[in-house]
Amino acid sequence: MILTPLPHISMPLLMGNSLNAWSEALVGFTPMGLPLGLVILAAIPLVFIALYSLTYGVYGERKISAFMQDRLGPMEVGKWGILQTIADILKLLQKEDIVPTSADKFLFVIGPGILFVGSFLAYAVLPFSSAFIGASLNVGLFFAIGIVAIEVVGILAAGWGSNNKWSLYGAVRSVAQIVSYEIPAAIALLCGAMMAGTLDMQKITMLQSGSYGFAHFFLFQSPIAWLPFLIYFIASLAEVNRAPFDIPEAESELVAGYFTEYSGMKFAVIFLAEYGSMFMVSAIISIVFLGGWNSPLPDIGSFALNAWTNGPVWGAFWIIMKGFFFIFVQMWLRWTLPRLRVDQLMYLCWKVLTPFAFVSFVLTAIWVIFVP
Amino acid sequence: MQELDIAGMGSVRVTRKGNNVVILEKDLQTEQMVLAMGPQHPSTHGVLKLECLTDGEVVTHAEPYLGYLHRCFEKCCENVDYPAIVPYTDRLDYLAGMNSEFAYAITVEKLLDVEIPRRVEFIRVIVAELNRIASHLVAIGTYGIDLGAFTPFLFCFRDREIILSLLEWASGARMLYNYIWVGGLAYDVPADFSKRVMEFVTYFRPKTVELYKLLTENEIFVKRTRGIGIMPADVAINYGWSGPMLRGSGVKWDLRRNDPYSVYPELDFEVPVPDGKVSDIGDCLSRHLVRALEMDESLKIIEQCIDKMPSAEGFNARSAVPKRVRPKAGEVYGRAENPRGELGFYIQSDGKSTKPLRCKARSSCFVNLSAMKDLSKGQLIPDLVAIIGSIDIVLGEVDR
Repeated sequence: MILTPLPHISMPLLMGNSLNAWSEALVGFTPMGLPLGLVILAAIPLVFIALYSLTYGVYGERKISAFMQDRLGPMEVGKWGILQTIADILKLLQKEDIVPTSADKFLFVIGPGILFVGSFLAYAVLPFSSAFIGASLNVGLFFAIGIVAIEVVGILAAGWGSNNKWSLYGAVRSVAQIVSYEIPAAIALLCGAMMAGTLDMQKITMLQSGSYGFAHFFLFQSPIAWLPFLIYFIASLAEVNRAPFDIPEAESELVAGYFTEYSGMKFAVIFLAEYGSMFMVSAIISIVFLGGWNSPLPDIGSFALNAWTNGPVWGAFWIIMKGFFFIFVQMWLRWTLPRLRVDQLMYLCWKVLTPFAFVSFVLTAIWVIFVP
Repeated sequence: MQELDIAGMGSVRVTRKGNNVVILEKDLQTEQMVLAMGPQHPSTHGVLKLECLTDGEVVTHAEPYLGYLHRCFEKCCENVDYPAIVPYTDRLDYLAGMNSEFAYAITVEKLLDVEIPRRVEFIRVIVAELNRIASHLVAIGTYGIDLGAFTPFLFCFRDREIILSLLEWASGARMLYNYIWVGGLAYDVPADFSKRVMEFVTYFRPKTVELYKLLTENEIFVKRTRGIGIMPADVAINYGWSGPMLRGSGVKWDLRRNDPYSVYPELDFEVPVPDGKVSDIGDCLSRHLVRALEMDESLKIIEQCIDKMPSAEGFNARSAVPKRVRPKAGEVYGRAENPRGELGFYIQSDGKSTKPLRCKARSSCFVNLSAMKDLSKGQLIPDLVAIIGSIDIVLGEVDR
């Protein structure tokens, strides 16, 4: 079966070529004419990310915050508390599924589902490596930007259906925030799309390949690319409700915002969706500006570092590492900064980020047209 | 676009097209929403309830409801002996138990005319100032949480932990000390206490700078607090504000200087008042600044006290503690500068009983909170949270 090439991966980090052989062999695995190997390959990163989002995102958040705050964080369940999140999930699964009597039952139940779907649908178009992509749409980037907006519907349903004043505030704030920040975020991503000349995520990534590694990334390809990069990063924080833009769930003002009334598994689903979107925006920013699954290591003379560290499995490694890096930055900001006020948030979006996004759009257009 | 009230149609929103009036929306009704903030709300610092009338995010009216933590302090005092009131005073402002005990002790001592040993006075000042730092750390940390910054809170609590273990070492308790007695102390401090306090002072100096950089100088923090909840000095005085709240409004009023008690006149320290450079005088940031700067002054006081404190030789902490506290007939009002302002005790004695006829506590938090209604008018909900946080209430003292 597929086991024959496996002995070659004894040193996976150094033997990039045999890794590729392994994944290629898996692609060729077609029992009874069904492309099962391809399905397995495509499912690996998606399953991994879902698992990551739930367990290690939460665990990482707790450990990183503990590190920043002179604490230990979870230490009891498993070595260094590594199984803490699993214990938490078990606890949440056992909890009674409460729907408040005066809540709108339909909206209350459907809210977390829409949120979850919204945040995970975008994974379909994220290229995890040259071989791993759920759906290689030619409008992938557009799809990813658009599908995030579904989350707004989920948040509004959850907030309105809870029949709680704090939830309503959270939902209304959230809708205003996400809808506003989509504008600078989309314009900033358009800068990347203009440099690539396509909206296909896989093609955008491939255009950033090259033997010089990171020098081919769009962030370093144009002198103004850092501006849309920064704008998208800031706007993405607001889109996924992370600090300092976490006003929809501001726990000191709105108790817990739109999910005040949620408990048990529904709460866990909302949480999962939040961590899912965190990785999603991190992956998008790394695809558009930081080369996606391309290795950042350059070839140095005959020492072909770039060639060795590129390939389907390596690609998944690089994009996930890049995503982790941005998630780390998001956590770092969250545990350092206070929260903005509602009106300051809107000020930042409409009077600072949007004009600068337009400026970077025009400058990038000029760059693309006049500098080949 | 205009809003008109046409009889029989309710409120309608109209617009003009040429000479015609076009009705856009009929039966417009906007209601104000009653929002009960508390008593189980994360940022009301305990069981305060604010009933807000909100128009969107704007609070048009906020009414504080008190009494969820009422424990009949004054009535209890009428039924126990004078020394037995000391543990009750701990439970007023439970974040600054030593200061409350101090205020109570000096009030009863005014009635008693006892000679307090000098070492007792210095130890009292040291523990009271340590507790002031601990209390300000909680105030600053929780203020950070109110504004969404979680990390400063844990930094504050890490340092507060050291103070609490020092005070625990001296008194045996972490928060409710019963350490400062009428006429003396429960015990002398442990042998190496001064050394460990000095270690704490040298450890804590850089930490105040760290806290200043992390929170007070943070751009977002300044944006959230500067110019919010401005209280002019004259209004503050009329409300009876005291402590960091009053100093935040620019009034240099500190009972340790203006109505000195204990050994404070011998000590050299400043009364920090905002100068209006980094904050607008009287706003939330000024109040926060006063607390942040006061911690440094408290460190100075502690250092001086440890230098000047007489040695422990032949010292008995209870030498002046009366066997039976039976003050002469009369009434007395004693006050002290607590971390949250002036804590005063009004005590009436009939001269025969060992129990007070009346013991009223004038609590700073209660008085400071009374301005809430004025301050909250027309603020956004996040600003309301910032204002409550800057008042720094402890509900134990508000409700008593």
